[in-house]
Parts: sequence; C-alpha cells; structure tokens
Amino acid sequence: MSNQQKHWEKTRGLLFITLAIWFVFSIGIFLFGAEMNEVTGPFGYPWTYWFTCQGSLGAFVILIFWFANRQEKIDEEFGFSEREDE
Amino acid sequence: MKGNFIDNLPKVYGIYTGGFIGFIIIMAIAEQMGMSAKAIGIAFVAFTVFIYALIGWLSRTAQADAYYVAGRQVPTVFNGMATAADWMSGASFVAMAGGIYFKGYGYMALLVGWTGGYVLVASLLAPYLRKFGCYTVPDFIGTRYGGNLARFSAVVVLTVASFTYVTAQINATGTIASVALDIPFQYAVYVGLISILLCSMLGGMRGVTWTQVAQYIVLIIAYLLPVFWISNKMGAGFFPHFMLADEVARIGELEQQFGFVKNAAADLKSVPKGLAGITKAHSAVNATPWAFISLALAMMMGTASLPHVMMRYFTTPSVKAARKSVGWSLFFIFLLYSSAPMLATLSKLSLIDPNLPTGIIGKTFAEVEAIDWYQNWNQANLMFISDFNGNGTLELNEFFMGGKAVVLATPEIAGLPYVISGLVAAGGMAAAMSTADGLILAIANAISHDVYYKIIDPKAETAKRLLVARVLLVIIGFAGATIAAMEIQGILGSVIWAFDFAMSGLFFPLVLGVWWKRANRQGAIAGMLGGLIAGAWYLVWVRTGGSGFLGITQLTFGIFGSAVSLVLMVVVSLMTAEPDKATQKMVDDVRVPSGKSILGKSH
Repeated sequence: MSNQQKHWEKTRGLLFITLAIWFVFSIGIFLFGAEMNEVTGPFGYPWTYWFTCQGSLGAFVILIFWFANRQEKIDEEFGFSEREDE
Repeated sequence: MKGNFIDNLPKVYGIYTGGFIGFIIIMAIAEQMGMSAKAIGIAFVAFTVFIYALIGWLSRTAQADAYYVAGRQVPTVFNGMATAADWMSGASFVAMAGGIYFKGYGYMALLVGWTGGYVLVASLLAPYLRKFGCYTVPDFIGTRYGGNLARFSAVVVLTVASFTYVTAQINATGTIASVALDIPFQYAVYVGLISILLCSMLGGMRGVTWTQVAQYIVLIIAYLLPVFWISNKMGAGFFPHFMLADEVARIGELEQQFGFVKNAAADLKSVPKGLAGITKAHSAVNATPWAFISLALAMMMGTASLPHVMMRYFTTPSVKAARKSVGWSLFFIFLLYSSAPMLATLSKLSLIDPNLPTGIIGKTFAEVEAIDWYQNWNQANLMFISDFNGNGTLELNEFFMGGKAVVLATPEIAGLPYVISGLVAAGGMAAAMSTADGLILAIANAISHDVYYKIIDPKAETAKRLLVARVLLVIIGFAGATIAAMEIQGILGSVIWAFDFAMSGLFFPLVLGVWWKRANRQGAIAGMLGGLIAGAWYLVWVRTGGSGFLGITQLTFGIFGSAVSLVLMVVVSLMTAEPDKATQKMVDDVRVPSGKSILGKSH
C-alpha cells in the first residue's frame, strides 16, 4: 500500500471516530431526552436541558479542535503537511 | 503603524473595540444629560453603519483573488469571527431567544443543529475545498465533476437556497432600520440594502471579511452585555450561564402553579398577528425524539451545504488554517448561542414571577396598563393583554408577546438605561447585515464567476469580470429587497427553508465529491437537480395540505430531498462510466494538504 493510501486510511479512521462522537452529542443523547431530563446535571440544570443549552454545543467546539490536531499529526506522520512557502 | 495590515490586525481591531466601547460610554453620558431615546437609537445605527462603510471603502480592490477570496490571507481567528458574523443572522440575534422563550426544548433543536453542523464542515468538507483552491462552491462542483451542466446545476441550487435566506436578512435590516431611524418599513428596507452594498461592492470578499469581523465585535458586545447586566440586576447570578439553575427551577414551579390554560379560539382572534402566549414548559422535554432529532439533523446537513459559510474557508492561508478556523468559528458562535437560553430564562422569569418587581402576572389590568414599557411595546405591536375570564387580574394565558420582544424589550423591562436598547439595535443590524452581505456575495460571485466567466465568456479580462460581479451584486440586492418589502414569509421560516434547500441539492454532491472517487458527472447532476426538485415538491405538497410522511414537516423537508439526492447520485453514478484517470488523480490530490492547489491562484 502506498504512502498516500495509508494516509487516507488513517484520515478515514479519524473521520469515523469524529462522526461517532458527533453522533452521540447531536443525536444519540436526544433519543433519551425525556428520561435524562429527570436527573439533575451540571450547575444544577436538568441534564437534557443543559445539553441543549451548553453541553452539546461545547462538546462540538472541543471536538473540532481535537479533530484538527489529530489530522495535523496524521498529515505530518506521512509527510503531507503543507510547507510554509506553498 | 509599521508592518502590513495582516500583521497589525490584533492592534487594529483592538483599537476599534476600544473605540466602540468609548462610543457606548459617550452615549450613556449623553443619555444622562438628556439626549432623547430616539436620538440615541439613530446615533448607534448610523455610527456603526458608517464605520462598516468606511472599512468597505478601505478594502476596495481590482484583483480577482482579493475580490473572490480576500487574497487567501485571512488569519485563523479573524476568519472565525468573520464566519460567526456571516453565520449569525438577524434570526439568531433577534428571533432565537424568543423562539426558546415560547417553544422551549423543541425549539432548542436549532441550537444543537446550528452548531453541530460545523463538525461536518470541519471533518468532511472545508479543508478539502480549501485545498481545491476554488473561488466559489459551484467552482468545485464544476471542476470535480466537469462540464457546464454540473456547474450550472450547482449555481441553481446555490441561488435558490441563498436567495430564500437573503430576503429574510434584508427584511431584518429593514425592521431594525425602521424602528431605530423611525421611517416606514418599505423605505427602511432600501436603507438597509444600501448599507449592505456599501460593505461589499468595492472590496468583494475582502471588504466583506473585514466588515464582518467589525460586525461580530459589535453584535457580541450587544448580546452579552445586556444578558450579564440583567442577570446581575435581578440578583440571578454574576455569571448567568453557570448560575441560572434556580431560576429555571423557579419557572417550572410557577408553570405548575399557574397551569397552561388553553384559550378559546374566539378569544385568540382578538390577539394581534404574530404575538403568542406561553403555552409550553420552559425546561421540560416537550418534543418527541424524532421531532427534535430530525430538525437538528436537517440544520446540521444544511450548515455543511450553505455556500456562504463554505466560501469563508476559501480565504484562509492554508488547509491547516481552514480546519482550525472552523473551530474558532464555532467558538465565537457558541458565545452567543449559549447565552440565548439564558436570556430567554431571565426574560420569562422577570415577567411571570409575582415576587419580582417587574413581574406582571397576578397584577390587575389597570396596573399593567399603566407601566411605561408595557405601553411602549404594546404600541409597537409586540405586547398585548386581554382579560379573557373577566376577573380583572392578569393570568399567564392572558399575556401575549412577539418573539422579537425577548431580545428587544427585556433590557427595558429590567430597567436598564436606554443606551442598551440602542446598542441592541446596532447589534441586530450588524447581525443581519453581515449575513446578507455574505449571501448576496455568494450568489453574485457564483453567477459572475461560474456562469459569466466560466461558461459564457472565458476570455473576459479581470476588470470586466469584476465589473460584472459588482453589477450582479446590485441587481441581486435590489431583487432581494423588493421581495423582502412584500413580507411574504417570516424571518425564521425562510431561514430554515434555506437550509433545507441547500442540503437537498448540495450536501451529497459536495461530500461524495471528496469521499467517493467513483462519483461522476451524471450522478452529481442527477443528485443536485433531483434532490432540489424532490425537496421543493415535498415543501409545496405539505404547504398545500399534504399529510407528509415519516414525520417530515415543512421545516425538515431537506431530509427527504437529500435522501432522494443520495439515492439518485449513487444509482446514476454506478450505472454510468467511472470518472476518467485525470479526475481520480484530482481527488487523490485533494485528499492531501501538501502540494499545489488544484485550481491556480488566479483562475
């Protein structure tokens, strides 16, 4: 397998992990919205309410930065990161 | 100042922010000295619009890559701010807190949807489209799939989606301009339009970028300052985001106590159009999982298909910067979105809690009618009370308010000085203008670059191309304003439709263009046109009394449109020949950040 194929394979792997986490915070937890809202969560808000106001939103911000860093590492590993002069 | 403009950005915008805060303080002093509320409103809107126009003029350019992609040198964090302003429209600024106030949980699917979409943008699309080096979204479609028909189909989808969106934004600038400047709406729409065009006409994307950063700073100050101030004034907590749990619980208690009494249809006839009462629990789960998830999903996929957002990531210096920039965009959006539910909570509690001095539920009608702010907002057609049961006391079900009033009136209800209301008007104007600018530019650029230059006259010189681009900008702006002046659809409804149109036609052709090498021209054309037609058909069907299926409503018709698009694209691609070697090589090159972009620096 060529260098580029390996790079793409890892990139795709990262995509699946990212989308899986994204799925949990955007869709997965809201399947249980009613049950989860009975429980008191962070700062005293009900859990589901907190996720819709802050939790999921914040998770997305962190997820994107984490993804960007991981992808940069993958690009470096296979020598595909951009040079400054390009 | 030494060094070039880009290196000095933090200093330039630091001075700008300081200057704006200075302006707020001067206005506050002027208010104490007796400046009228009306004069303050005019000063805020006129001053900020003048600054944006000045930035637009300073950013004028005669180069194609500066006009289309701001010379690809916008630093990560500043592009994040510009995208946040581009993204947060009049709907986010003025209508979102109101929607949460009235509809609670079911509405908050929009919060999740309008933020989660950025994960898709960052991981599926933005870095690859940046590597591609295109000027517009149809530029990517046209080059990846080849052929004028593919390019043209993308322009059609882009225009339908963006135009639906832009009329709503021009409508919002008109609404704010008409209130702040006290002129009739039909004229105010054109005042708004001229302000918008001043930012974008001379400098294209470069002008829009630097005005959007300025507009973000105004809108975020205008949104956060009142939220923190009101929270502190009510004694609800110094940092509302972490400290409103008691208030949320208290609203739940009061809802129990008052109950949601259903009004008779005959009684509701007397309520002015557009106003609503509190009929849904504030923090309880009041929507089925599918209703919530389908709306969130439609908004997320729509986010990743809307060209005016995508094209912001064409302006970063590198692929790496494009990825990071998506993170910063969402961070800046998060600051406002996480505050909207807090504002809704504070606003609701201050009105309904009888223990608070501002609470009106439980007071007599004569008392409420004597309150200054009630009279003002009643006159503005945003508040209304009516004694349905004739007991002389205001009940929860007898109080009606417009969605916009949550953002616009809460500062006044909480007793903040008028200078804050002027600030909020300037913030709303900034939000609506920045989005309208991005949208008009997206449409005009697609038509001038992809239709005029790439299809009609490929030999046109730069000067002529940019002239065509500017003429189109004005034409599209006026067309949008003319339709906005007719006030066909509410602001929020048209915004949501725009997302559905975009995802119906563009989501899968864009994503599969990068992630599926086998996708070919025939498949993409079928996907774009089939998806758009299917989505539009579903919308018309539901609007004309159709029952719909699978719980897909007129707000989520994009789910149906994009499913049709996906199926058509895969089936047609597999039935026709695979893309040629050159195209496959192109896809391989897009997938790695290093090396030259697919399209030249200037094309």
